[in-house]
Amino acid sequence: MKLVMAIIKPFKLDEVRQALTELGLQGMTVTEVKGYGRQKGHTEIYRGAEYAVNFLPKIKIEVVVPAKMVDKAVDAIVAAAKTGQIGDGKIFVVPVEQTVRIRTGETNESAL
Amino acid sequence: MTTLAKYLFGVVAALVVLALYHVHPALAQEAPEAVAEAAEEVAKLDTGDTAWMLTSTALVLMMTIPGLALFYGGMVRKKNVLATVMQSFAVTCIVTIVWMVVSYSLAFKDGGAMNAYIGGLDAFLLHGMGSDTLSGTIPESVFMTFQMTFAIITPALICGAFADRMKFSALVIFMVLWSIFIYAPIAHWVWGGGFLGDLGVLDFAGGTVVHINAGIAGLVCALFLGKRVGYGTENMAPYNLVYAVIGASLLWVGWFGFNAGSAVASNGAAGMAMAVTQIATAMAALAWMFIEWIVHKKPSVLGIISGAVAGLVAITPASGFVDPVGALWIGAAAGLGCFFAATTVKKAIGYDDSLDAFGVHAVGGIIGALLTGVFAVEAIGGTPGLLEGNPGQVFTQLEGIVATIVWSGVGTFVILVITNILVGVRVSQAVEIEGLDINLHGEVVQ
Repeated sequence: MKLVMAIIKPFKLDEVRQALTELGLQGMTVTEVKGYGRQKGHTEIYRGAEYAVNFLPKIKIEVVVPAKMVDKAVDAIVAAAKTGQIGDGKIFVVPVEQTVRIRTGETNESAL
Repeated sequence: MTTLAKYLFGVVAALVVLALYHVHPALAQEAPEAVAEAAEEVAKLDTGDTAWMLTSTALVLMMTIPGLALFYGGMVRKKNVLATVMQSFAVTCIVTIVWMVVSYSLAFKDGGAMNAYIGGLDAFLLHGMGSDTLSGTIPESVFMTFQMTFAIITPALICGAFADRMKFSALVIFMVLWSIFIYAPIAHWVWGGGFLGDLGVLDFAGGTVVHINAGIAGLVCALFLGKRVGYGTENMAPYNLVYAVIGASLLWVGWFGFNAGSAVASNGAAGMAMAVTQIATAMAALAWMFIEWIVHKKPSVLGIISGAVAGLVAITPASGFVDPVGALWIGAAAGLGCFFAATTVKKAIGYDDSLDAFGVHAVGGIIGALLTGVFAVEAIGGTPGLLEGNPGQVFTQLEGIVATIVWSGVGTFVILVITNILVGVRVSQAVEIEGLDINLHGEVVQ
Protein backbone atom coordinates (compact mmCIF):
# COMPACT_ATOMS: atom_id res chain seq x y z
CA MET A 1 0.00 0.00 0.00
CA LYS A 2 1.10 3.55 -0.74
CA LEU A 3 -0.04 6.93 0.48
CA VAL A 4 -0.45 9.33 -2.41
CA MET A 5 -0.30 12.88 -1.13
CA ALA A 6 -1.09 15.56 -3.70
CA ILE A 7 -0.92 19.33 -3.23
CA ILE A 8 -3.06 20.95 -5.90
CA LYS A 9 -4.72 24.20 -6.85
CA PRO A 10 -7.98 24.51 -4.93
CA PHE A 11 -10.21 24.90 -7.98
CA LYS A 12 -8.92 21.59 -9.40
CA LEU A 13 -10.21 19.52 -6.49
CA ASP A 14 -13.40 18.36 -8.12
CA GLU A 15 -11.71 17.22 -11.33
CA VAL A 16 -9.13 15.28 -9.34
CA ARG A 17 -11.81 13.69 -7.20
CA GLN A 18 -13.69 12.58 -10.33
CA ALA A 19 -10.56 11.15 -11.93
CA LEU A 20 -9.71 9.13 -8.83
CA THR A 21 -13.28 7.91 -8.44
CA GLU A 22 -13.22 6.68 -12.06
CA LEU A 23 -10.23 4.52 -11.16
CA GLY A 24 -12.39 2.80 -8.56
CA LEU A 25 -10.81 4.42 -5.51
CA GLN A 26 -13.37 4.63 -2.77
CA GLY A 27 -12.22 7.41 -0.48
CA MET A 28 -9.87 10.26 0.16
CA THR A 29 -9.06 12.88 2.76
CA VAL A 30 -8.89 16.55 1.80
CA THR A 31 -7.35 19.40 3.77
CA GLU A 32 -7.16 23.13 3.08
CA VAL A 33 -3.51 24.03 3.43
CA LYS A 34 -1.19 26.96 2.77
CA GLY A 35 2.30 26.90 1.38
CA TYR A 36 4.64 27.98 -1.34
CA GLY A 37 7.02 26.52 -3.85
CA ARG A 38 8.46 28.09 -6.98
CA GLN A 39 5.29 30.10 -7.43
CA LYS A 40 6.18 32.06 -4.28
CA GLY A 41 3.45 34.27 -2.83
CA HIS A 42 1.61 37.29 -4.12
CA THR A 43 1.00 40.91 -3.13
CA GLU A 44 -2.23 42.27 -1.70
CA ILE A 45 -3.00 46.00 -1.53
CA TYR A 46 -5.48 47.48 0.95
CA ARG A 47 -5.92 51.25 0.73
CA GLY A 48 -2.38 51.55 -0.54
CA ALA A 49 -0.83 49.27 2.10
CA GLU A 50 0.97 46.44 0.32
CA TYR A 51 1.32 43.06 1.98
CA ALA A 52 3.44 40.24 0.61
CA VAL A 53 1.52 37.03 1.14
CA ASN A 54 4.05 34.19 1.19
CA PHE A 55 1.71 31.29 1.76
CA LEU A 56 -0.87 30.57 -0.90
CA PRO A 57 -4.00 28.53 -0.33
CA LYS A 58 -3.77 24.99 -1.71
CA ILE A 59 -5.63 21.71 -1.27
CA LYS A 60 -3.92 18.61 0.05
CA ILE A 61 -5.42 15.29 -1.02
CA GLU A 62 -4.42 12.10 0.78
CA VAL A 63 -5.42 8.75 -0.63
CA VAL A 64 -4.06 5.29 0.24
CA VAL A 65 -3.98 2.89 -2.71
CA PRO A 66 -2.83 -0.69 -3.37
CA ALA A 67 0.76 -0.72 -4.68
CA LYS A 68 -0.32 -1.80 -8.16
CA MET A 69 -2.65 1.20 -8.44
CA VAL A 70 -0.07 3.85 -7.58
CA ASP A 71 1.01 4.75 -11.10
CA LYS A 72 -2.56 4.99 -12.39
CA ALA A 73 -3.57 7.18 -9.44
CA VAL A 74 -0.59 9.48 -9.88
CA ASP A 75 -1.22 9.77 -13.63
CA ALA A 76 -4.90 10.53 -13.04
CA ILE A 77 -4.06 13.31 -10.57
CA VAL A 78 -1.47 14.82 -12.89
CA ALA A 79 -3.88 14.77 -15.82
CA ALA A 80 -6.71 16.33 -13.84
CA ALA A 81 -4.76 18.93 -11.84
CA LYS A 82 -2.49 20.23 -14.57
CA THR A 83 -2.98 23.74 -15.92
CA GLY A 84 0.55 24.23 -17.22
CA GLN A 85 0.87 27.37 -15.11
CA ILE A 86 3.32 27.75 -12.24
CA GLY A 87 1.79 26.63 -8.93
CA ASP A 88 0.04 23.45 -10.13
CA GLY A 89 1.40 21.58 -7.11
CA LYS A 90 3.26 18.36 -6.30
CA ILE A 91 2.59 14.70 -5.61
CA PHE A 92 4.41 12.62 -2.99
CA VAL A 93 4.17 8.85 -2.68
CA VAL A 94 5.10 7.20 0.60
CA PRO A 95 4.82 3.58 1.82
CA VAL A 96 2.06 2.62 4.25
CA GLU A 97 2.67 -0.16 6.80
CA GLN A 98 -0.81 -0.98 7.91
CA THR A 99 -4.46 -0.10 7.38
CA VAL A 100 -7.38 -0.96 9.67
CA ARG A 101 -11.06 -0.35 9.02
CA ILE A 102 -12.34 0.67 12.45
CA ARG A 103 -15.91 -0.59 11.99
CA THR A 104 -15.08 -4.17 10.99
CA GLY A 105 -11.47 -4.65 12.03
CA GLU A 106 -10.50 -5.58 8.43
CA THR A 107 -6.87 -4.88 7.69
CA ASN A 108 -4.63 -3.77 4.85
CA GLU A 109 -5.87 -3.92 1.23
CA SER A 110 -9.29 -5.26 2.16
CA ALA A 111 -9.67 -2.21 4.39
CA LEU A 112 -9.03 0.28 1.59
CA MET B 1 -89.24 96.40 0.91
CA THR B 2 -85.56 96.38 1.74
CA THR B 3 -86.08 94.10 4.74
CA LEU B 4 -88.06 91.75 2.54
CA ALA B 5 -85.24 91.76 -0.03
CA LYS B 6 -82.75 91.02 2.69
CA TYR B 7 -84.96 88.22 4.00
CA LEU B 8 -85.32 86.73 0.53
CA PHE B 9 -81.55 87.02 -0.08
CA GLY B 10 -80.93 85.31 3.24
CA VAL B 11 -83.19 82.41 2.34
CA VAL B 12 -81.63 82.01 -1.09
CA ALA B 13 -78.14 82.12 0.39
CA ALA B 14 -79.06 79.50 2.96
CA LEU B 15 -80.49 77.27 0.25
CA VAL B 16 -77.34 77.66 -1.84
CA VAL B 17 -75.20 76.75 1.15
CA LEU B 18 -77.39 73.73 1.88
CA ALA B 19 -77.23 72.69 -1.75
CA LEU B 20 -73.46 73.01 -1.75
CA TYR B 21 -73.32 70.93 1.38
CA HIS B 22 -75.19 68.17 -0.40
CA VAL B 23 -73.31 68.42 -3.65
CA HIS B 24 -69.85 68.78 -2.11
CA PRO B 25 -69.65 68.61 1.66
CA ALA B 26 -65.94 69.43 1.59
CA LEU B 27 -66.61 72.94 0.22
CA ALA B 28 -68.81 73.77 3.13
CA GLN B 29 -66.30 72.40 5.63
CA GLU B 30 -63.44 74.43 4.30
CA ALA B 31 -64.24 77.62 6.12
CA PRO B 32 -64.12 76.42 9.75
CA GLU B 33 -60.96 74.43 9.07
CA ALA B 34 -59.17 77.45 7.67
CA VAL B 35 -60.01 79.39 10.83
CA ALA B 36 -58.70 76.58 13.01
CA GLU B 37 -55.48 76.42 10.98
CA ALA B 38 -54.82 80.11 11.45
CA ALA B 39 -55.31 79.78 15.19
CA GLU B 40 -52.93 76.83 15.57
CA GLU B 41 -50.28 78.03 13.15
CA VAL B 42 -47.76 78.48 15.97
CA ALA B 43 -47.14 74.80 16.72
CA LYS B 44 -48.93 71.96 15.05
CA LEU B 45 -47.85 68.40 14.74
CA ASP B 46 -47.44 67.28 11.14
CA THR B 47 -48.04 63.57 10.79
CA GLY B 48 -46.12 63.35 7.50
CA ASP B 49 -43.06 64.98 9.02
CA THR B 50 -43.35 62.84 12.13
CA ALA B 51 -43.63 59.61 10.14
CA TRP B 52 -40.52 60.46 8.11
CA MET B 53 -38.53 61.45 11.19
CA LEU B 54 -39.44 58.23 13.00
CA THR B 55 -38.18 56.38 9.93
CA SER B 56 -35.04 58.49 9.66
CA THR B 57 -34.20 57.88 13.30
CA ALA B 58 -34.32 54.12 12.75
CA LEU B 59 -32.19 54.48 9.59
CA VAL B 60 -29.48 56.49 11.35
CA LEU B 61 -29.34 54.06 14.27
CA MET B 62 -28.88 51.29 11.68
CA MET B 63 -25.81 53.13 10.40
CA THR B 64 -23.96 52.45 13.66
CA ILE B 65 -25.41 49.05 14.52
CA PRO B 66 -24.91 47.01 12.51
CA GLY B 67 -23.58 49.28 9.71
CA LEU B 68 -20.44 50.77 11.20
CA ALA B 69 -19.86 47.71 13.39
CA LEU B 70 -19.65 45.50 10.29
CA PHE B 71 -17.75 48.07 8.22
CA TYR B 72 -15.03 48.34 10.86
CA GLY B 73 -15.28 44.72 12.02
CA GLY B 74 -14.65 43.45 8.51
CA MET B 75 -11.53 45.58 8.11
CA VAL B 76 -9.59 44.50 11.20
CA ARG B 77 -7.74 41.24 11.68
CA LYS B 78 -9.57 38.12 12.82
CA LYS B 79 -8.24 38.37 16.38
CA ASN B 80 -9.86 41.79 16.86
CA VAL B 81 -13.21 41.41 15.08
CA LEU B 82 -15.34 41.03 18.20
CA ALA B 83 -13.57 43.83 20.06
CA THR B 84 -14.26 46.11 17.10
CA VAL B 85 -17.95 45.33 16.72
CA MET B 86 -18.22 45.58 20.52
CA GLN B 87 -16.95 49.16 20.33
CA SER B 88 -19.77 50.28 18.02
CA PHE B 89 -22.38 48.45 20.06
CA ALA B 90 -21.11 49.69 23.43
CA VAL B 91 -20.84 53.28 22.18
CA THR B 92 -24.47 53.04 21.05
CA CYS B 93 -25.52 52.10 24.56
CA ILE B 94 -23.21 54.51 26.41
CA VAL B 95 -24.11 57.56 24.34
CA THR B 96 -27.83 56.80 24.56
CA ILE B 97 -27.66 57.14 28.33
CA VAL B 98 -25.30 60.14 28.33
CA TRP B 99 -27.52 61.90 25.78
CA MET B 100 -30.62 61.19 27.85
CA VAL B 101 -29.00 62.42 31.07
CA VAL B 102 -27.23 65.58 29.97
CA SER B 103 -25.92 65.90 26.40
CA TYR B 104 -29.25 66.56 24.69
CA SER B 105 -29.87 69.43 27.04
CA LEU B 106 -26.36 70.84 26.57
CA ALA B 107 -26.69 70.63 22.80
CA PHE B 108 -30.21 71.88 22.21
CA LYS B 109 -31.50 73.86 25.20
CA ASP B 110 -30.94 77.55 25.80
CA GLY B 111 -27.71 78.27 27.61
CA GLY B 112 -28.55 81.79 28.76
CA ALA B 113 -25.50 84.04 28.81
CA MET B 114 -23.28 81.22 27.52
CA ASN B 115 -25.68 80.22 24.74
CA ALA B 116 -23.21 81.03 21.99
CA TYR B 117 -20.97 78.20 23.24
CA ILE B 118 -23.05 75.73 25.22
CA GLY B 119 -26.68 74.96 25.96
CA GLY B 120 -28.32 74.82 29.37
CA LEU B 121 -29.41 72.07 31.72
CA ASP B 122 -33.17 72.67 31.42
CA ALA B 123 -33.66 69.21 29.95
CA PHE B 124 -31.44 67.34 32.39
CA LEU B 125 -32.80 63.76 32.42
CA LEU B 126 -35.06 64.97 29.58
CA HIS B 127 -37.00 67.05 32.07
CA GLY B 128 -39.96 68.75 30.44
CA MET B 129 -40.24 66.36 27.50
CA GLY B 130 -43.75 64.92 27.38
CA SER B 131 -45.64 63.06 24.71
CA ASP B 132 -47.27 66.36 23.68
CA THR B 133 -44.20 68.61 23.57
CA LEU B 134 -43.25 69.56 20.04
CA SER B 135 -40.03 70.48 18.31
CA GLY B 136 -41.15 72.28 15.18
CA THR B 137 -43.76 70.06 13.58
CA ILE B 138 -42.67 66.78 15.20
CA PRO B 139 -42.81 65.51 18.78
CA GLU B 140 -39.76 66.51 20.81
CA SER B 141 -39.29 62.84 21.69
CA VAL B 142 -38.71 62.08 18.01
CA PHE B 143 -36.36 65.04 17.54
CA MET B 144 -34.41 64.08 20.68
CA THR B 145 -34.04 60.45 19.55
CA PHE B 146 -33.15 61.47 16.00
CA GLN B 147 -30.38 63.71 17.31
CA MET B 148 -29.34 60.95 19.70
CA THR B 149 -28.53 58.67 16.76
CA PHE B 150 -26.15 61.38 15.45
CA ALA B 151 -24.55 61.68 18.86
CA ILE B 152 -24.08 57.88 18.77
CA ILE B 153 -22.43 57.52 15.39
CA THR B 154 -19.97 60.41 15.84
CA PRO B 155 -17.86 58.88 18.65
CA ALA B 156 -18.35 55.41 17.12
CA LEU B 157 -16.57 56.69 14.00
CA ILE B 158 -13.49 57.57 16.09
CA CYS B 159 -13.05 53.87 16.91
CA GLY B 160 -11.65 53.37 13.41
CA ALA B 161 -8.54 55.35 14.35
CA PHE B 162 -7.57 53.41 17.47
CA ALA B 163 -8.79 49.98 16.37
CA ASP B 164 -6.63 47.00 17.37
CA ARG B 165 -5.02 48.62 20.43
CA MET B 166 -7.36 50.57 22.76
CA LYS B 167 -8.35 49.21 26.16
CA PHE B 168 -12.07 48.68 26.49
CA SER B 169 -12.16 50.30 29.94
CA ALA B 170 -10.44 53.34 28.45
CA LEU B 171 -12.97 53.41 25.63
CA VAL B 172 -15.89 53.55 28.08
CA ILE B 173 -14.43 56.50 30.00
CA PHE B 174 -13.28 58.28 26.84
CA MET B 175 -16.69 58.02 25.18
CA VAL B 176 -18.62 59.37 28.16
CA LEU B 177 -16.34 62.41 28.45
CA TRP B 178 -16.13 62.94 24.70
CA SER B 179 -19.91 62.93 24.22
CA ILE B 180 -20.40 65.53 26.94
CA PHE B 181 -17.45 67.84 26.38
CA ILE B 182 -16.79 67.61 22.65
CA TYR B 183 -19.91 66.49 20.81
CA ALA B 184 -22.55 68.40 22.77
CA PRO B 185 -20.85 71.83 22.50
CA ILE B 186 -20.08 71.49 18.78
CA ALA B 187 -23.63 70.30 18.02
CA HIS B 188 -24.83 73.34 19.98
CA TRP B 189 -22.55 75.72 18.06
CA VAL B 190 -24.00 74.65 14.72
CA TRP B 191 -27.54 73.45 15.37
CA GLY B 192 -28.50 74.49 18.89
CA GLY B 193 -28.34 78.27 18.53
CA GLY B 194 -24.59 78.65 19.05
CA PHE B 195 -22.10 80.95 17.37
CA LEU B 196 -21.33 78.91 14.24
CA GLY B 197 -24.99 78.76 13.27
CA ASP B 198 -25.23 82.53 13.89
CA LEU B 199 -22.17 83.13 11.72
CA GLY B 200 -24.01 81.45 8.85
CA VAL B 201 -21.93 78.26 8.64
CA LEU B 202 -23.80 75.83 6.41
CA ASP B 203 -23.86 72.29 7.79
CA PHE B 204 -27.02 70.56 6.73
CA ALA B 205 -26.51 67.13 8.30
CA GLY B 206 -23.26 67.20 10.21
CA GLY B 207 -20.16 67.58 8.04
CA THR B 208 -18.47 69.60 10.76
CA VAL B 209 -20.39 68.40 13.82
CA VAL B 210 -20.09 64.71 13.00
CA HIS B 211 -17.37 64.02 10.45
CA ILE B 212 -14.66 66.66 10.87
CA ASN B 213 -15.19 66.36 14.61
CA ALA B 214 -14.83 62.56 14.65
CA GLY B 215 -12.03 62.54 12.09
CA ILE B 216 -9.88 65.04 13.98
CA ALA B 217 -10.52 63.22 17.26
CA GLY B 218 -9.46 60.05 15.44
CA LEU B 219 -6.19 61.58 14.29
CA VAL B 220 -5.41 62.75 17.83
CA CYS B 221 -6.18 59.25 19.14
CA ALA B 222 -3.99 57.60 16.48
CA LEU B 223 -1.09 59.91 17.35
CA PHE B 224 -1.61 59.58 21.12
CA LEU B 225 -1.84 55.79 21.14
CA GLY B 226 0.95 55.30 18.63
CA LYS B 227 1.31 52.75 15.87
CA ARG B 228 0.14 49.18 16.17
CA VAL B 229 2.77 46.53 16.83
CA GLY B 230 4.05 45.45 13.43
CA TYR B 231 2.54 48.39 11.54
CA GLY B 232 4.20 48.62 8.15
CA THR B 233 5.90 45.25 8.42
CA GLU B 234 3.24 42.70 9.36
CA ASN B 235 0.31 41.66 7.24
CA MET B 236 -2.71 43.58 8.50
CA ALA B 237 -5.06 42.55 5.73
CA PRO B 238 -8.78 42.76 6.55
CA TYR B 239 -10.38 39.69 8.06
CA ASN B 240 -13.48 39.67 5.89
CA LEU B 241 -14.22 42.35 3.31
CA VAL B 242 -17.70 40.96 2.74
CA TYR B 243 -18.61 42.22 6.23
CA ALA B 244 -17.14 45.59 5.29
CA VAL B 245 -19.23 45.68 2.10
CA ILE B 246 -22.40 44.89 4.05
CA GLY B 247 -21.46 47.55 6.57
CA ALA B 248 -20.73 50.18 3.94
CA SER B 249 -24.01 49.37 2.18
CA LEU B 250 -25.97 49.74 5.42
CA LEU B 251 -24.20 53.06 5.97
CA TRP B 252 -25.22 54.20 2.49
CA VAL B 253 -28.89 53.26 2.94
CA GLY B 254 -28.95 54.62 6.47
CA TRP B 255 -27.47 57.88 5.23
CA PHE B 256 -30.82 58.76 3.63
CA GLY B 257 -32.10 59.09 7.16
CA PHE B 258 -29.01 61.08 8.07
CA ASN B 259 -29.19 63.60 5.22
CA ALA B 260 -32.80 63.60 4.02
CA GLY B 261 -33.84 63.28 7.66
CA SER B 262 -31.92 66.43 8.49
CA ALA B 263 -34.61 68.40 6.67
CA VAL B 264 -36.66 67.50 9.79
CA ALA B 265 -39.61 67.46 7.45
CA SER B 266 -41.17 65.34 4.78
CA ASN B 267 -40.79 67.81 1.95
CA GLY B 268 -38.88 68.94 -1.14
CA ALA B 269 -35.72 69.70 0.82
CA ALA B 270 -35.65 66.10 2.09
CA GLY B 271 -36.19 64.81 -1.45
CA MET B 272 -33.37 66.90 -2.88
CA ALA B 273 -31.09 65.88 -0.02
CA MET B 274 -31.77 62.24 -0.86
CA ALA B 275 -31.05 62.75 -4.56
CA VAL B 276 -27.77 64.60 -4.09
CA THR B 277 -26.66 62.06 -1.47
CA GLN B 278 -27.11 59.20 -3.92
CA ILE B 279 -25.34 61.05 -6.74
CA ALA B 280 -22.33 62.23 -4.73
CA THR B 281 -21.85 58.78 -3.18
CA ALA B 282 -21.82 56.95 -6.50
CA MET B 283 -19.48 59.55 -8.01
CA ALA B 284 -17.03 59.33 -5.11
CA ALA B 285 -17.04 55.52 -5.21
CA LEU B 286 -16.22 55.60 -8.92
CA ALA B 287 -13.57 58.30 -8.46
CA TRP B 288 -11.77 56.20 -5.81
CA MET B 289 -12.15 53.06 -7.90
CA PHE B 290 -10.70 54.60 -11.07
CA ILE B 291 -7.80 56.43 -9.40
CA GLU B 292 -6.90 53.23 -7.55
CA TRP B 293 -7.15 51.28 -10.80
CA ILE B 294 -4.65 53.72 -12.33
CA VAL B 295 -2.27 53.97 -9.36
CA HIS B 296 -2.38 50.43 -7.94
CA LYS B 297 -3.39 48.62 -11.15
CA LYS B 298 -6.53 47.01 -9.71
CA PRO B 299 -10.00 48.35 -8.78
CA SER B 300 -10.49 46.95 -5.29
CA VAL B 301 -13.60 46.16 -3.27
CA LEU B 302 -12.20 48.02 -0.27
CA GLY B 303 -11.51 50.93 -2.61
CA ILE B 304 -15.01 51.30 -4.03
CA ILE B 305 -16.68 51.07 -0.61
CA SER B 306 -14.16 53.51 0.89
CA GLY B 307 -14.95 55.93 -1.90
CA ALA B 308 -18.66 55.56 -1.28
CA VAL B 309 -18.23 56.41 2.40
CA ALA B 310 -16.02 59.37 1.47
CA GLY B 311 -18.79 60.64 -0.82
CA LEU B 312 -21.43 60.18 1.87
CA VAL B 313 -19.28 62.16 4.28
CA ALA B 314 -18.59 64.99 1.85
CA ILE B 315 -22.20 65.48 0.72
CA THR B 316 -23.42 65.54 4.33
CA PRO B 317 -22.93 69.27 5.00
CA ALA B 318 -23.99 70.14 1.45
CA SER B 319 -27.05 67.95 1.10
CA GLY B 320 -29.62 70.70 1.77
CA PHE B 321 -27.84 73.39 -0.18
CA VAL B 322 -26.51 72.07 -3.49
CA ASP B 323 -28.02 70.82 -6.73
CA PRO B 324 -27.28 67.50 -8.45
CA VAL B 325 -24.40 68.91 -10.52
CA GLY B 326 -22.79 70.32 -7.40
CA ALA B 327 -23.17 66.87 -5.84
CA LEU B 328 -21.34 65.33 -8.78
CA TRP B 329 -18.32 67.61 -8.23
CA ILE B 330 -18.36 67.15 -4.47
CA GLY B 331 -18.41 63.38 -4.94
CA ALA B 332 -15.50 63.44 -7.39
CA ALA B 333 -13.43 65.68 -5.12
CA ALA B 334 -14.15 63.49 -2.08
CA GLY B 335 -13.25 60.25 -3.85
CA LEU B 336 -9.93 61.60 -5.08
CA GLY B 337 -9.08 63.63 -1.98
CA CYS B 338 -9.79 60.83 0.49
CA PHE B 339 -7.92 58.29 -1.66
CA PHE B 340 -4.77 60.39 -1.46
CA ALA B 341 -5.30 61.10 2.24
CA ALA B 342 -5.75 57.42 3.14
CA THR B 343 -2.92 56.15 0.96
CA THR B 344 -0.22 58.68 0.06
CA VAL B 345 -0.55 61.21 2.90
CA LYS B 346 -0.91 58.58 5.62
CA LYS B 347 2.15 56.73 4.36
CA ALA B 348 4.20 59.94 4.01
CA ILE B 349 3.43 61.25 7.50
CA GLY B 350 3.51 57.83 9.11
CA TYR B 351 0.62 57.95 11.63
CA ASP B 352 -1.32 54.72 12.09
CA ASP B 353 -4.98 55.63 11.59
CA SER B 354 -6.02 51.97 11.49
CA LEU B 355 -9.25 52.25 9.50
CA ASP B 356 -8.86 55.81 8.18
CA ALA B 357 -11.22 57.68 10.45
CA PHE B 358 -9.15 60.79 9.73
CA GLY B 359 -8.43 60.07 6.07
CA VAL B 360 -12.08 59.53 5.19
CA HIS B 361 -14.11 61.46 7.77
CA ALA B 362 -11.99 64.53 8.51
CA VAL B 363 -10.68 64.94 4.98
CA GLY B 364 -14.04 64.13 3.37
CA GLY B 365 -15.79 66.40 5.88
CA ILE B 366 -13.45 69.31 5.16
CA ILE B 367 -13.80 68.86 1.38
CA GLY B 368 -17.57 68.76 1.78
CA ALA B 369 -17.76 71.75 4.11
CA LEU B 370 -15.62 73.93 1.83
CA LEU B 371 -17.37 72.86 -1.36
CA THR B 372 -20.74 73.55 0.26
CA GLY B 373 -19.57 77.16 0.29
CA VAL B 374 -18.66 76.87 -3.39
CA PHE B 375 -21.67 75.03 -4.79
CA ALA B 376 -24.53 76.29 -2.55
CA VAL B 377 -27.55 77.23 -4.67
CA GLU B 378 -29.79 79.99 -3.34
CA ALA B 379 -32.89 78.51 -4.95
CA ILE B 380 -32.35 75.25 -3.05
CA GLY B 381 -31.09 76.10 0.41
CA GLY B 382 -31.60 79.84 0.59
CA THR B 383 -27.89 80.68 0.60
CA PRO B 384 -25.78 81.37 -2.50
CA GLY B 385 -22.25 80.00 -2.74
CA LEU B 386 -19.08 81.11 -4.49
CA LEU B 387 -20.40 80.14 -7.92
CA GLU B 388 -23.44 82.38 -7.39
CA GLY B 389 -21.23 85.32 -6.48
CA ASN B 390 -20.91 84.84 -2.70
CA PRO B 391 -17.22 84.02 -2.09
CA GLY B 392 -17.60 85.01 1.57
CA GLN B 393 -19.48 81.78 2.22
CA VAL B 394 -16.29 79.78 1.66
CA PHE B 395 -14.59 81.76 4.43
CA THR B 396 -17.60 81.30 6.70
CA GLN B 397 -17.32 77.57 6.07
CA LEU B 398 -13.61 77.77 6.89
CA GLU B 399 -14.41 79.36 10.25
CA GLY B 400 -16.66 76.45 11.07
CA ILE B 401 -13.94 73.98 10.10
CA VAL B 402 -11.22 75.72 12.13
CA ALA B 403 -13.39 76.08 15.23
CA THR B 404 -14.28 72.38 15.08
CA ILE B 405 -10.68 71.28 14.52
CA VAL B 406 -9.42 73.34 17.45
CA TRP B 407 -12.07 72.26 19.97
CA SER B 408 -12.10 68.63 18.88
CA GLY B 409 -8.30 68.39 18.63
CA VAL B 410 -7.45 70.01 21.95
CA GLY B 411 -10.42 68.55 23.83
CA THR B 412 -9.76 65.02 22.60
CA PHE B 413 -6.14 65.30 23.68
CA VAL B 414 -7.13 66.42 27.19
CA ILE B 415 -9.66 63.60 27.50
CA LEU B 416 -7.04 61.08 26.38
CA VAL B 417 -4.60 62.36 28.99
CA ILE B 418 -7.24 62.03 31.73
CA THR B 419 -8.25 58.57 30.55
CA ASN B 420 -4.62 57.51 30.37
CA ILE B 421 -4.07 58.59 33.98
CA LEU B 422 -7.20 56.76 35.15
CA VAL B 423 -6.85 53.39 33.43
CA GLY B 424 -4.22 53.62 30.68
CA VAL B 425 -5.42 53.88 27.09
CA ARG B 426 -3.42 51.17 25.38
CA VAL B 427 -3.39 47.42 25.91
CA SER B 428 -0.10 45.66 26.69
CA GLN B 429 2.01 44.43 23.81
CA ALA B 430 1.26 40.82 24.71
CA VAL B 431 -2.48 41.47 24.60
CA GLU B 432 -2.17 43.34 21.32
CA ILE B 433 -0.23 40.54 19.67
CA GLU B 434 -2.49 37.76 20.90
CA GLY B 435 -5.61 39.74 20.08
CA LEU B 436 -8.18 41.89 21.84
CA ASP B 437 -11.06 39.44 21.47
CA ILE B 438 -9.72 36.72 23.72
CA ASN B 439 -7.96 39.05 26.18
CA LEU B 440 -10.53 41.82 26.60
CA HIS B 441 -13.75 39.94 26.00
CA GLY B 442 -12.96 36.27 26.52
CA GLU B 443 -14.39 35.29 23.15
CA VAL B 444 -13.03 34.45 19.72
CA VAL B 445 -14.25 34.10 16.15
CA GLN B 446 -13.36 30.66 14.88
